[in-house]
Amino acid sequence: MSKVIMNMITQRSIEEGAAMEKGKTNPDYFDACSICEINPEDMKKLGIWKNTNVRVTSECGSVIVKAIEPTQFCPPGLAHIRQGVWANQVVPPRTQSTGTPQYSGFPVTIEPAINEKLKTALELVQGSVGLWKGGK
Amino acid sequence: MPKLITGVGCPYCGSSCDDLEVLVSDDETKVLEVHNSCIIGSNLFHHANDPTRPRLPRQRQPDGSIKEIPYEEAIDYFAKTLLAAKKPLIYGFGSTNCEGMSAIGRIAEKAGAVLDNCATICHGPSFLAMFDNGYPSCTLGEAKNRADVVVFWGCNPMHAHPRHTSRYSIFPRGYFTGKGQMQRTVISVDPRETDTAKLADVHLMLDQGHDYELFDAFRTVLRGHDIPDKVAGIDKETIIKSVDIMKKARFCMIFFGMGCTHTDGRNHNIDAAISMTRDLNDHTKCSIMAMRGHYNIAGPGQVWSWQFGFPYCIDLSKGTHAHMNPGETSSIDLAMRDEVDCFVNVGADAGAHFPIQAVQHLKKHPFIVVDPNFNMASEIADLHIPVRIAGVDEPGVVYRMDNVPIQFKAVLKGLPGVPSDEELFDRVYERMCEITLTQPIWLAAKENRKYPHNTNPMVS
Repeated sequence: MSKVIMNMITQRSIEEGAAMEKGKTNPDYFDACSICEINPEDMKKLGIWKNTNVRVTSECGSVIVKAIEPTQFCPPGLAHIRQGVWANQVVPPRTQSTGTPQYSGFPVTIEPAINEKLKTALELVQGSVGLWKGGK
Repeated sequence: MPKLITGVGCPYCGSSCDDLEVLVSDDETKVLEVHNSCIIGSNLFHHANDPTRPRLPRQRQPDGSIKEIPYEEAIDYFAKTLLAAKKPLIYGFGSTNCEGMSAIGRIAEKAGAVLDNCATICHGPSFLAMFDNGYPSCTLGEAKNRADVVVFWGCNPMHAHPRHTSRYSIFPRGYFTGKGQMQRTVISVDPRETDTAKLADVHLMLDQGHDYELFDAFRTVLRGHDIPDKVAGIDKETIIKSVDIMKKARFCMIFFGMGCTHTDGRNHNIDAAISMTRDLNDHTKCSIMAMRGHYNIAGPGQVWSWQFGFPYCIDLSKGTHAHMNPGETSSIDLAMRDEVDCFVNVGADAGAHFPIQAVQHLKKHPFIVVDPNFNMASEIADLHIPVRIAGVDEPGVVYRMDNVPIQFKAVLKGLPGVPSDEELFDRVYERMCEITLTQPIWLAAKENRKYPHNTNPMVS
């Protein structure tokens, strides 16, 4: 199993915006945001099949997302998770004393995690503050 | 007969489109059709039909379950919690009207709170750069009527501001830009080949996080000096060609976004961009504009600058004068240093959009959410108070990304019993005054007040 350090950015997409306005617990929001866009070259290097789950780990956390080919071209070495609940599991809160967290341009390791399950937005957020009542 | 309402404002992104047409049912309780909007705006209006929208405040019980409570009880809890807190943090305000922002200013002052808005995690760095270096900007109409070179630096309007290019920046035929897109040269600067970059004549696919170097290279070329063969992954020839296009423009318009403010350097990237704009004005006319996110995120900057003198990160805990120092008084920094003991989230979703560690810190204390819908913040809150949706069932003033105020309409009757942000906050302020045995002076001074119930409190 290989591990490579990649540069991660978290940005907008119209699918994410459209889904968010339907509601954050809507299945569209889950589909739009629980993904990581990775260049096919990097996928090969990492041993990842497209549309399978991967574990993304940063200095401050880790999250399971589905690896897909970029919907907008992403150069090798750069990965992209759409802004939202899944991205913010790994966004470092360091602000360089400006109040703005490091939402773009932080190092992550990405590894295959085919057998891991994606968590819903509610499970991630409620789970992280000890309020999740559902099953594992 | 269904009613077609024209000139409706869209309460989503900073483009604040005000040319929507909404077809509503004859009893004005359902949105049937939305014309002219992008898919996001359309979803937003249709979501207001959702029959499961909350109509009563919901409080978390000691056993973790949620119970609906009357508004009076929620207002009492809100007022008492704020007064009991040593340093409450009130955050949000991307998505509400200016009347609501002004009303929360009165509460924040009374509570000695820190008052902050979404700029803190968005275009806050742009504010810092403006403080340092000024803001040579214009309105979007000028971009539409005059700009023949348009630069999108670290922004992706095709996804984030879907109608921006068709209303203001690329496609419209303006007064001096009668040939529309044919007359404009579009430059995109982005590490990805975004859908905006695909529209551009020149795409500078720079290395992520190296914007500052590229700005420096642009300025060096502008001032007639030599640069290395490659800067930030871009060839010298391409840089010289791009600078030449910008220099020869009749009116050059630079839009910038999160690609500059969220990455290394934060405000210094914007600082360099503003310096480049000023340099370009030696050769041509050049203007710069922040691609503000929410439809009224420029609003709190305006309202609170007028109330307190500062646009965001406003520390009112001294009681007599306001203090602002992002890095010290910003939401994320306060949360990470555990310096607040109560969190109020209004018209935003800190639960989904703050880094999760900041959410974990904030959740140690009372957590109140004021929002028309369920979201991540409301689902971890101790108290969720529903309000009307500004721009859908509540009218009000909003400020577009270029700080142009627009009067938004209400297209639906609000849910019965559900107040607007302004009404809710005025009632909370009145309750705080009752508890502290003080006069609600700001409400007494308000001409069109609905509260306090006592019409002339100064006399009683």
